[in-house]
Amino acid sequence: MNQQISYDVGKSQENRWVTRLTGMTKILVLLSLSIIGMVSYDTWYLIVLTVFAVLFYQSAHLKWHQVRGLLYAIAAFTALNLILVYLFNPAYGSQVYGSSHILIGRGFFALTWEELFYLLNMLLKYVFIVPLILAFLFTTNPSELAAGMSRIGFPYKISYAVELSLRYIPDVIRDFKQISLAQQARGLEMSKKAGLWNRLKRSTQILIPLVFSSMDKIEITTRAMKLRRFGTKQRRTWYMTQKLGKIDYLVLVSTGLLIAVGIGLFWVDGGRFYNPFK
Amino acid sequence: MNKQPIIQFSDVSFQYQNQDAATLQHINLAIQKGEKVFITGPSGSGKSTLGNLINGVIPEEFSGRLTGRVTISGQPKSKLDLTDLSFVVGTVLQDPDAQFVGLTVAEDIAFALENDAKPDDVLHQKVAKWAQRLNLTTLLKKHPQDLSGGQKQRVSLAGVLVDDEPILLLDEPLANLDPAAGRDSMKLLNWLAAQQDLTVIIIDHRIEEVLQIPIDRMIVLADGRVVADETPDHILKQDLLLKHGLREPLYVTALKNAGVNVKQINHLSNLETLKLSQINRDRLVQWAAQQDNLVKKSSRLPIISLKKLTFGYPSEPTIFKDFSLTINQGEMVALVGKNGTGKTTLINLITGFLTPAGGRLYLGKNDASGDSVKQRADRIGYVLQDPNQMISKTMIYDEVALGLELRGIDSETTKKRVFETLKITGLYPYRNWPISALSFGQKKRVTIAAALVLRPEILILDEPTAGQDLAHYSQMMAFLEKLNRQRDTTVIMVTHDMNLMMAYADRTIVLDQGQILADASPAEVLTNSAVIEKAHLSQLSLQVLAKKAGLADPIGFAEKFISAERRHLDDESANLV
Repeated sequence: MNQQISYDVGKSQENRWVTRLTGMTKILVLLSLSIIGMVSYDTWYLIVLTVFAVLFYQSAHLKWHQVRGLLYAIAAFTALNLILVYLFNPAYGSQVYGSSHILIGRGFFALTWEELFYLLNMLLKYVFIVPLILAFLFTTNPSELAAGMSRIGFPYKISYAVELSLRYIPDVIRDFKQISLAQQARGLEMSKKAGLWNRLKRSTQILIPLVFSSMDKIEITTRAMKLRRFGTKQRRTWYMTQKLGKIDYLVLVSTGLLIAVGIGLFWVDGGRFYNPFK
Repeated sequence: MNKQPIIQFSDVSFQYQNQDAATLQHINLAIQKGEKVFITGPSGSGKSTLGNLINGVIPEEFSGRLTGRVTISGQPKSKLDLTDLSFVVGTVLQDPDAQFVGLTVAEDIAFALENDAKPDDVLHQKVAKWAQRLNLTTLLKKHPQDLSGGQKQRVSLAGVLVDDEPILLLDEPLANLDPAAGRDSMKLLNWLAAQQDLTVIIIDHRIEEVLQIPIDRMIVLADGRVVADETPDHILKQDLLLKHGLREPLYVTALKNAGVNVKQINHLSNLETLKLSQINRDRLVQWAAQQDNLVKKSSRLPIISLKKLTFGYPSEPTIFKDFSLTINQGEMVALVGKNGTGKTTLINLITGFLTPAGGRLYLGKNDASGDSVKQRADRIGYVLQDPNQMISKTMIYDEVALGLELRGIDSETTKKRVFETLKITGLYPYRNWPISALSFGQKKRVTIAAALVLRPEILILDEPTAGQDLAHYSQMMAFLEKLNRQRDTTVIMVTHDMNLMMAYADRTIVLDQGQILADASPAEVLTNSAVIEKAHLSQLSLQVLAKKAGLADPIGFAEKFISAERRHLDDESANLV
């Protein structure tokens, strides 16, 4: 079958150290670094995190065409976000850093060095988190993820639900396309030859079969799961559970150190912000 | 035998909560350990319900009123829930894709053990053992969805057998398999049953195919009652199957038609070892001599022309390269070949569901390469394999009327044509039913009706007879044939059913990995053993029988039998309408 989305790890990634990390390690690294990265506004620290994240990204060895779409979307979103932050409160940087050096303009929209520095810090947060997420997204399959989640303490039913939903996204997309075509084959014009409004209106007609066929599948899948005793025990094991290797310990220890440094910097900086204007 | 049966039903009736009549009525049966039991019956006879009672899906998922006593493995079923039962009965469901839970083959095999919280090393060891036993070792890292039909079935089997349950229950194990894969699958079951000392229960309506392996007992259900519970030999000697709208193995019908006294034949259910006396051989020869030869039409105007078509799915090797094919107006074409060889892909290129990388498509004289799906749909009616992907209304009438409404036909004409089509497809009594209440076979018929009502020039049907009873099957095919004769409608059928192909197609196109392996009459294809082997087809049991009778032209015999049978069924369905 033609699958547009696949959770397969590509050939070029198979032997990479990111791929060899267990699902648990990846989740722990991603969660803990995201939290510390979101809290801290220490520019130097964020730069260190970015370097760390880029190492992951490098190792994942992703192809440009794989990440292109996502990157454009994130870049657009980030730009919009930064502009809005500035427009809503251009003086926020001055409030944070307690000084005001006007770079350009005057009045409410005056752009200060402080505001610019604040926005730079925000940008860095995105810059560090994006490669990290991409590296994990393309090297972790849903099973590893579920096994990892379950290992760090998520209830296994929730972990499995996450796995199944991720698994069925490609199926639902495929069904949607197929159903849309089936409706067209019955005389519903959905190609560019019909107007945009008509196409939108008609796509609602696809929803009924999509819901029905998905419900049907869910019913059978649930039955198949029950017939093989899913959910009957307190605990569950995972075929995909991987033993932690040297590389896992190495990454986990480095992450631990990074976080300790991040927390330590709160004392050094006297708060979450590093202030070069003092 | 004095043994305690492993499954026993005593006066069991079951009525679903939302239905006014009982689906199963006063069922008595006993299944012994180690038996291979084949439960069959027309659709709606209650055979799936019986299976659901055995594996505990009833009452876990469907509630209703159960009376009588069911004992499984010596314990009353009322004391066993779905989980307890799952250790005793391993179930392989009909739809292979939806029952795969694991992302990879290995995970799917391990699923039950994971749920039992078995330690890691046990998981890996058992998966390895079963993968080896069912020849899946090289496939462990693949997605079950990407496998061939036969491989999928082996994965499902491994996934339940890891538990070492004593009973194996299979719901329509032959659905969606090509003839060769179906035969392999039955042989595998036979081998497993002996190897693991399993009690095997097969629920299916494909009688000839299931009887390819020795079955100890056949249980025939009709209208919720057991109408026969005997050895296959016994049942085949009577006319019980045909009476209940089930198709008996064709060679058996042929023997009966030729006036052979089948009661005197030993091992009637096993064609391979079946012996014919001289008198009986003569009867078959005589019968064949009395039949007319089949008249085939020869056709003329091209209606679909594919010219140097090239296509491959993204990031996969090219399937079709410079593929050319012409189908003529008024032909009835069977498109056959093994699972996953590109039959549906080819159809999707014709209907515009897929866009080729190169080449052109002509409909009649017009270049239709740039036409949208909808534009092509004005001339081509297409019935997909899965009816759930087509049905977009909740009521049967509305669903069939939809195409006419979209084309702006007035409501009087619409009503007339919808009713007419519903009658032909045997759906008229259900016209005001919600579609959700229909079985798979009935839904499939709704989608066929929805295509027929538009009277397209070209009709493409993907597995048209899947899940259909003999009566509906012949009624619908008779109608298609009438359309074909009277209106010169071109019909293309994608099918694994060799009998259907033999009975209705003028021309068979055998596809193999994007190439045309053979393009000839069905008879020629079925006598070419190289093609049969390569494309996973199978010979007809009629050919085997004719050889046994010493007939010089086995396929000619098959042709004659099928055309005689068709006339007979056509007359019957004419009476039905």
